[in-house]
Amino acid sequence: MASIGFNELFFLLQGLKWTVALTIIGFIGGGIFGLLVALARTAESKLLQKVTTGYIAIFQGTPLLMQLFVVYYGVALIGLNVDAWIAVAIAFTLHASAYLGEIWRGGIQAVPKGQTEAAKALGLHYTSRVKDVILPQALKISLPATIGFLVQLIKGTSLAAIVGFVELSRAGQIVSNQTFRPLTVFAIIGLIYFLICWPLSLWGARTERRLQTATR
Amino acid sequence: MPQTTANQTPLIAMEGVGKWYGAYHALRNVNISVAKGEKIVLCGPSGSGKSTLIRCINHLEEIQEGKITVEGTVLTGSTSAVDAVRREVGMVFQSFNLFPHMTILENCTLAPMRVKKLSKAEAEATARKYLERVRIVDQADKFPAQLSGGQQQRAAIARALCMEPKAMLFDEPTSALDPEMVKEVLDTMIGLARDGMTMICVTHEMGFARQVADRVVFMASGEIIEEGTPEEFFRNPQHQRTRAFLGEILAHH
Repeated sequence: MASIGFNELFFLLQGLKWTVALTIIGFIGGGIFGLLVALARTAESKLLQKVTTGYIAIFQGTPLLMQLFVVYYGVALIGLNVDAWIAVAIAFTLHASAYLGEIWRGGIQAVPKGQTEAAKALGLHYTSRVKDVILPQALKISLPATIGFLVQLIKGTSLAAIVGFVELSRAGQIVSNQTFRPLTVFAIIGLIYFLICWPLSLWGARTERRLQTATR
Repeated sequence: MPQTTANQTPLIAMEGVGKWYGAYHALRNVNISVAKGEKIVLCGPSGSGKSTLIRCINHLEEIQEGKITVEGTVLTGSTSAVDAVRREVGMVFQSFNLFPHMTILENCTLAPMRVKKLSKAEAEATARKYLERVRIVDQADKFPAQLSGGQQQRAAIARALCMEPKAMLFDEPTSALDPEMVKEVLDTMIGLARDGMTMICVTHEMGFARQVADRVVFMASGEIIEEGTPEEFFRNPQHQRTRAFLGEILAHH
């Protein structure tokens, strides 16, 4: 039985790097498209509402694992020869945009209607109403749920292993196979995930409490 | 004054306006014209359509029938017409609707900067002028939640004035206020009336109506039932429904 030394830990940290990178890409890409989804979902156009409702339903109603497969093999199938990186980034972006879109849709609709009316009465256009009046309030309301989703996304990146990504979980599996110490290795892996996710969860809970006292 | 301005084109005119919410007939054949500088008080029982009426003037509500003209612009659904009208008409709401994430000063400078493209310095100068006028310039850097209801409503009036509108719409501006704060808001509105602002006020404050209104308009079931000068209106209401309403409302004063 090999021991777990500096090399193994370094390998795990390499995996962690990809976990963090995938999370950031998914969160930023999902944030940008999720904002568009949320705005389309709350738009006056019935068509936009329907299309985005369907989009959200599909991505919330199917497993992330399946979404990764479909995008990964799908882009190859339509003749695009893209890097695995790009394919996985697209899949996480689509996935995250559906969830964040729905979370922020809720935030936007939680802003009292009088805010939009006051903004309209002042002559503010759609862009300014959204950017200056609605979103700052909506995103604040949505912050706890957004952080909650971020935690889910961090753990969800482990599924990228299925298409050959050596992120933290997959790195753990490899090290475990080399050292025959699965319990120790996965305890370390679990601890690393926990140390990243737990502070975020605490932060989420704290912002939620602060919001509750602020609106009381 | 209505007598002297009767031959001018009205600032705001509604002709044969009809509005439905689904099957509910909210406004029926509403005809009203408001001359420049005129002060109208709109009253009537709840659900009579008075708020709906003024919300149609700045296109917060869409009409299905008739025509609304504001300062020569016919209010169609087109963005340019709506923009033009909203530029000329300010509105004050029952629930203030200040932007809670902005200071009072920022509330007042946002629209002038975004719509009129004023610089920050210009917008702030304008804001301070109107905050001074509603006597809360010392609260400029506070957030709405730190102010009393009366102060918030005066800030909302200042915010609307910062766009330098030709007319102001008031939708029950004192209904959400504690009794001791009603006066400070009414005094602000009286001051505004004295300075010649064209005003349409939905309010149950009959003392205010007596003091500043050129005309009192009474609505019920989406229709204008009668209108007249405050003297005529209060001394000799013509319609049974007006008498019943006045009986109800004046009994409490």
